[in-house]
Amino acid sequence: MSDIQFAPCRNGRALLMKDVPELLFPEFQDEILQAVNSGKRLACLCADAELRLFAVLADDPAGALWIGRTRLDHPHYPSLTPHCPQAHLFERELAEQFGIVPEKHPWFKPVRYHASWVEGRDAWQRTGPIEPGVTDFFRVEGEEVHEVAVGPVHAGVIEPGHFRFQCHGETVFHLEIALGYQHRGIERAMLGGPHPLSLKFAETVAGDTTLGHGWAYCQLLEGLAGIEVPPRSQWVRGIALELERCANHTGDLGALAGDAGFLPTASFCGRIRGDWLNLTAELCGSRLGRDLLRPGGLRVDLEPEVAKMLTSRLAQIWGDTQNAIELLWGAASVLNRFEAAGFVDPIQAREVGLVGVPARACGIEQDVRKDHPFGPYAEHPVALGLAQSGNVHSRAWVRWRELQASHAFLAEAFEALADSATDPKPTGTMALAPESLCVSLTEGWRGEILHLAVTDASGRFARYKIVDPSFHNWFGLALALRGEQISDFPLCNKSFNLSYCGHDL
Amino acid sequence: MSESLLFRIIHIALHLLTALLLGPLIPGLINKVKALVAGRCGPPVLQLYYDLAKLARKQAVFSQTTTWIFLAGPVATVAAGLVAALLVPFGHSPAPIHFQGDVILFAYLFGLARFLTVLSALDTGSSFEGMGAAREVTFSALAEPALFLGFAALAKSSGSLSLSAMLASPGFAISRATGPFILVLAGWMIVYLAENARIPVDDPNTHLELTMIHEVMVLDHSGRPLALVLYGASLKLLVLAALILGPLLPRTDNPWLDWAAYFLALGLFAVVVGVIESITARFRMNQVPQFLMASVLATAFAFLLLLV
Repeated sequence: MSDIQFAPCRNGRALLMKDVPELLFPEFQDEILQAVNSGKRLACLCADAELRLFAVLADDPAGALWIGRTRLDHPHYPSLTPHCPQAHLFERELAEQFGIVPEKHPWFKPVRYHASWVEGRDAWQRTGPIEPGVTDFFRVEGEEVHEVAVGPVHAGVIEPGHFRFQCHGETVFHLEIALGYQHRGIERAMLGGPHPLSLKFAETVAGDTTLGHGWAYCQLLEGLAGIEVPPRSQWVRGIALELERCANHTGDLGALAGDAGFLPTASFCGRIRGDWLNLTAELCGSRLGRDLLRPGGLRVDLEPEVAKMLTSRLAQIWGDTQNAIELLWGAASVLNRFEAAGFVDPIQAREVGLVGVPARACGIEQDVRKDHPFGPYAEHPVALGLAQSGNVHSRAWVRWRELQASHAFLAEAFEALADSATDPKPTGTMALAPESLCVSLTEGWRGEILHLAVTDASGRFARYKIVDPSFHNWFGLALALRGEQISDFPLCNKSFNLSYCGHDL
Repeated sequence: MSESLLFRIIHIALHLLTALLLGPLIPGLINKVKALVAGRCGPPVLQLYYDLAKLARKQAVFSQTTTWIFLAGPVATVAAGLVAALLVPFGHSPAPIHFQGDVILFAYLFGLARFLTVLSALDTGSSFEGMGAAREVTFSALAEPALFLGFAALAKSSGSLSLSAMLASPGFAISRATGPFILVLAGWMIVYLAENARIPVDDPNTHLELTMIHEVMVLDHSGRPLALVLYGASLKLLVLAALILGPLLPRTDNPWLDWAAYFLALGLFAVVVGVIESITARFRMNQVPQFLMASVLATAFAFLLLLV
């Protein structure tokens, strides 16, 4: 961007609102479209009740972030989506939350099926109760086309979501995904905060990403309060985040094997995932990493003796993990199955703004730990897991590479922390900067997690925006199914393994 | 036949008891092997007996869209399976019922059961069950030629159209027929896996209705009809295994030894199926026809070899 009008910022550093110039809408729009055309990514686009729009642009190769804002005069504006598909779900979301209509949006439907936050301003002029999944689904007409509806109640113990397939025989022409069943109103519950419960809310945005979201929240508060976290505490946070990644990637690879009907890896990984979770439990008492983090540091630090003990536990679990997963790569029938399913075109992946594992499986070098380093990752980088083919195999392979990288990080960290004294605990109160804005990014195991907060004159949250990686990636799953076999849907779905509650907030 | 009437009665009684009671043991054995290979304890070998006892005490729930056809599937599966069990020899020849041409009856008993199962699946009006029915019909249309070409090869070598004679001919004693027999057995092994909805064709353990073939057709059955479905499936495992084990096992002069060998072989066969399921993943759905074509080619070639 030559004549850049957005304000540059860094991950987890607050900006004063007055330092972020308020653009006119056409400038705001041009800036976003130009940036996206030149390869940058729209990491977040959101609105607030005062008709302000905020956008976060990420230039991942350059490691740069920009924030821009504008103010609308009326609750409608020309949609960005026709020129920038990355904006598609963000625009539907802000329409649903604040009744702001993006005109000529090509796919203008609710996202989560809740009432508008602004009384009496509904983008669809809906009256009466709003029920999730009740909408006009895209339909393919014709005698030979049949429609298959799956969910929201599924045959396994998984979250609710509705999938509508338009099929021709076994071939899927189109998949439409309707979510919103898990909507709890987390963003609204954050307003006026930070409250004592705000950290809990952040940790439970997506239950399997406690540390990813919890850390993003803590980093946001630390940025707004101008607090530096001691390096040792950052390292312990890194350990917890990588343990979370290891547990989930191991579980996912096992589940992928299970969906392909390959039992040994499925059974072993189910158990080993528990072993990884138990390491997190040794760290903080909770297998999911609840209540480990505190804004400013940690609730419980990693004692040197525990670090020593975890070193040997890690070696053993890593051996088991390697054995179980190498079985998978050794079975030709599994590779055959993985390679044939769930192809996402890398060009489309960029266009719709995929993040995390599915993006890296398309050869897109993007990882918050590398691009916008936070916590310990600037000094202790983690190798990027990358694959090129964009299919189920690539997504499985990226997970495996990331497991290897995380293991290397963990081994180094445990060894270093076994001989260093613990940090003092963070002291109670922190005052947030008033009239400020902060963007906090972390790399959860699914991908990029973004938390954005705007504070009011008294330093309370006036707007809190959460973007889970699933929010970017659900559309990728729909693309992955185009022209595929409907019988491969479970496998494709598992290879993305997206969060329903992280999307639904 | 030099057997006395008493011997004959005992053999028939043993045959009936095997047919009625042994079926549910086979899935139990297969699952136990799969569990052990995967490093788990797994359910007890007798689990299916417990499940049947449990289901027999449960009430069935019927969808309002279904008619009597919905029940015809499970009933036909068990009825056809039991009649077919009387036509194949297990540990001794001949089977309780045998006549020239019983091989055709045997094949189409399973055809009838499939037809009614498919109808009962369509009767629910569910899109899943319709998909499963379409898959089942497509794949069985490919498995049937392999079954019949194998029958033709055995009929040619034994000079009989009765299963009791065809399956009892000591394959390995006639060196000329050894090659064709191996081909027939290989082809039938594929048919066995496909017809019984085993990996790599179908996954009997999956809960993912979009990927199922056979299981998805019986999703709406519950209680006693479901017990019939499960029992019928186990009968099919038992009866079709006789097709493969019959020509494979050498016969002795001692009928009790034959019976013992048969039971042992049946157990080993379940172990082999369990191992196959443990070390392979499922095929992609559109590769299943290729797999089944391999069985057709194998049995066709066996038949050709016996013709010349």
